[in-house]
Amino acid sequence: MSAPVWNNKVVKWVDDRLPVFSMLHHSAYEYPTPKNLSYMWNFGSLAGFVLVTMILTGIFLVMNYTPHTDMAFDSVERIMRDVNYGWLIRYMHVNGASMFFICVYIHIFRGLYYGSYKAPREMLWWIGILILLAMMATAFMGYVLPWGQMSFWGATVITNLFSAFPIVGEPLVHWLWGGFSIGNPTLNRFFSLHYLLPFVILGLVVLHVWALHTVRSNNPTGVEAKTPQDSIPFHPYYTIKDLFGMGIFLIFFLFFVFFAPDFFGEPDNYIPANPLVTPPHIVPEWYFLPFYAILRSIDFSIFGVPAKLLGVLAMFASIVVLFVIPWLDTSKVRSSKYRPVYKWFFLILFIDCFILGYCGKKAPDDYFMGIEGLHVIVMGQLATLYYFAHFLVVMPIVGKLERPKPLPASISESVLKGGANA
Amino acid sequence: MRKFALTAIAAAFALTAFTGTSQASGDAPVPKAQDWSWQGLFGTYDRAQLQRGFQVYKGICAGCHSLRFIAFRNLEGIGFNEDQIKAIAAEYDIEDGPNDDGDMFTRPGKPSDYFPSPFPNDKAAAASNGGSIPPDLSLMAKARMHGPDYVVALLTGYEEEAPEGFDLAEGKHYNHYFPGHQISMAPPLYDEAVEYTDGTPMTLEQHAHDVVAFLNWTAQPELEARKALGLKVLLFLIVLTAMLYAVKRKIWRDIEH
Repeated sequence: MSAPVWNNKVVKWVDDRLPVFSMLHHSAYEYPTPKNLSYMWNFGSLAGFVLVTMILTGIFLVMNYTPHTDMAFDSVERIMRDVNYGWLIRYMHVNGASMFFICVYIHIFRGLYYGSYKAPREMLWWIGILILLAMMATAFMGYVLPWGQMSFWGATVITNLFSAFPIVGEPLVHWLWGGFSIGNPTLNRFFSLHYLLPFVILGLVVLHVWALHTVRSNNPTGVEAKTPQDSIPFHPYYTIKDLFGMGIFLIFFLFFVFFAPDFFGEPDNYIPANPLVTPPHIVPEWYFLPFYAILRSIDFSIFGVPAKLLGVLAMFASIVVLFVIPWLDTSKVRSSKYRPVYKWFFLILFIDCFILGYCGKKAPDDYFMGIEGLHVIVMGQLATLYYFAHFLVVMPIVGKLERPKPLPASISESVLKGGANA
Repeated sequence: MRKFALTAIAAAFALTAFTGTSQASGDAPVPKAQDWSWQGLFGTYDRAQLQRGFQVYKGICAGCHSLRFIAFRNLEGIGFNEDQIKAIAAEYDIEDGPNDDGDMFTRPGKPSDYFPSPFPNDKAAAASNGGSIPPDLSLMAKARMHGPDYVVALLTGYEEEAPEGFDLAEGKHYNHYFPGHQISMAPPLYDEAVEYTDGTPMTLEQHAHDVVAFLNWTAQPELEARKALGLKVLLFLIVLTAMLYAVKRKIWRDIEH
């Protein structure tokens, strides 16, 4: 497609000096997108939408929030009670965090299933993982800000993890806290970083989209678009599809905001932080539960390395391993649709993550789903084992041994055969 | 693919559902789910019930429990008018100051004042209550698992004698629903604990329901505004989304996909 010709004089004047309109035209209208993307491809733009929502609601919350240990809890209640529509802004922000993770987790599982991490999309995948890491840091620090019981004790548990590192551990923790215990300096720096990191995420998102526009979207067949028949312009086809998806998503999101605003939250966080009273169960927010389960499942030391350090390393490794899967996956086929064996392992991984989440929520000596004799800690260990085995063992071996189903010659061919819905 | 996705989602939901149900901590039973006027999409508060609940709070709970996020002016939300609120506020002595001489003084409450706390500080509260600090009640209805249902169960879940073999500490009371069963608070409510003027039966059960309804209001005073706005927003979004779907269909009409 050729460069656009602008008829509007103002548009032309601006575009000759700063080609914003040409850029928009290039990245939306001229941008070729596979025509067979399913609704699973909606979650990237949805996550971007939630990011903007979080930044906007966050900016308004900051106007009324006080980052001081004596006043933080009360200032949040002031927002809920006395600020005009403060309850709406705060509940959107609180539930928005959960929505962000829902969108991003679906987005990641979609990438895993359709092999979107494979060449030439490794950089795109890496930037995505960096976004996930930045989101986790942001969400953790944001959860500390209301200074409720779970804020305080969650912060205590998580920051204490760093003390597991030998030699540097304790100084590191004191450095993080800004003192010898969690206190006002901790709250202040978390607040500062919680405001900073979303803009870092925004920058990473720009890189993510840049990388995407370079390598273009993967699609359910995993076969690259070859001929013009395989692609359609992003606008209007995917703008309208994304907008429709956004409508559905907003209904889901705002249902929680208006009718079950505390659904994702812990009741304990409506109790002001008290360093002298430990809550009976300290649990992180749901989106951290699988990682928390991995952390806790290592209750044994290996070669003198203490269990706590191993747990922390395992937890970090569970994300770091995602960086190398472009090379761990030895299959020549991208999409699991054409991988009759791996597909089932993917299903196990998916369920495994929920099992991990369940184990993270429960006390270690509870029974797993009430099954007599099967302790949560043991189930968590098995699930952790599978999590790592999936990437480190299953991916390389199945990729080599499996005989994939024949791939369609092109996207168009798969579409004409009705393959997209098979 | 479709069957595959369904299996995955079904398994995920089964696990999630399980996490939710067995929440009861330790040996405390799950409190019975009560019927509340504010439940459901269209639920609202029952003003008469809130006012009775306020009467119970004022007559019984306020002796030990603060309500520090609620100002007298907020009582408009449970149906009192300006004059009534002024009268209620004036019943309280509020410490103010310092005045021009540098002295603190007490004066009758104004609608802008917050409910005064029964104890000057936590130490005083603990000293008067056998070492336990009576918690602030403003957020109680959402600061416990099972919220209002739990608070009703707690208020009505006392046993005069601890069960055989249970080692009840000195000054503690046996309660079925309190974690560990030993609670410092003596049974606060009983039949005819406060005098209702609207003919509502003055039973322990009724008092408990009324005061918990009031506390749910103090915890979520925005509830009615929230639900009313939510209905409009969702209705709008459903129409908008349906229209977006129609547009999507039209735009994609000629694309094989």
